Amino acid sequence: MTDYVPTHVGTVTKYVVVESFDITPADLAIRGYEISKGVMMKETCFGLVITGKPDEVDLITTELRKVDPDHIFIKDRGFPPGDPRRCRANLGGARPGYHGMEYEMTIIPYVSHGLEEIKKRDIATIPPPANPLDAKPLDIDKLKKLLESQES
Amino acid sequence: MTKVFIYPATSLILSDMVARFGHTPLSSAVAIRERVQTAGLESAPLQITPEEPKKGLKWAAVEVPSGVRGRMSLYGPMIEEAEAAIIINDADLAFGCMGCARTNELIKFLLRQKDIPKLDLDYPKSEEEGVKFVAAIKRFLGELGARS
Repeated sequence: MTDYVPTHVGTVTKYVVVESFDITPADLAIRGYEISKGVMMKETCFGLVITGKPDEVDLITTELRKVDPDHIFIKDRGFPPGDPRRCRANLGGARPGYHGMEYEMTIIPYVSHGLEEIKKRDIATIPPPANPLDAKPLDIDKLKKLLESQES
Repeated sequence: MTKVFIYPATSLILSDMVARFGHTPLSSAVAIRERVQTAGLESAPLQITPEEPKKGLKWAAVEVPSGVRGRMSLYGPMIEEAEAAIIINDADLAFGCMGCARTNELIKFLLRQKDIPKLDLDYPKSEEEGVKFVAAIKRFLGELGARS
């Protein structure tokens, strides 16, 4: 085994994911460069990857979120951008972890709608969602599909 | 600020929601970052060394596969640290090999054993469900803020 010498020690990396009709990752990157002081920023198809000192990254992500608060989503990332252990340029195919994000990108429009609506409606009047731990009766459409699959 | 464990631990939506409403999400990225930024022996890709399954013995017995114990060395300390949890129950994206699947079961079991506020949800499948989903999370996190 060889020694491991880490890079970017003391930094944090964050994904900024854009799901908006008005803002593109390029717009966000330009805004990010306007306010950044030496952080590393990578523009991707879904948004940005930002690496730097924690307080600088927090400042930039807070400012970027203001651009379109209901359609910009931010999460932490373990690896810095372009890390050969994760970057698809080295591995081929999608980056590990991208599939999870891709799946959630299909749900994000509903969440964005929810974020917009809770500003307009009184949150106390919105009913709670169904409890997933409650036993659910078998859906009639699912039963039909099961019967059809058995008959064919 | 309350430390909220999110399941799936890689969830973009939950991580964002928790941070957006003023709390600290405990996600796998934080645990991985800690390992990736610590000097030691080269153990690509996640810097999970043979020491990790030993640490995982705190949460899983010795006859449990090392894959589960290694993963638990990432998630176990976060579950202990967690002051609340949000769990999405129909997270198909969290599927995986037996190591991942059994670790996920163990994570959910440990969270349910722990006496902390928990919010169980499914992913929204329509706009109205999206409103209920966001409102439920906001209410839950607001109550945490009032409690702390």
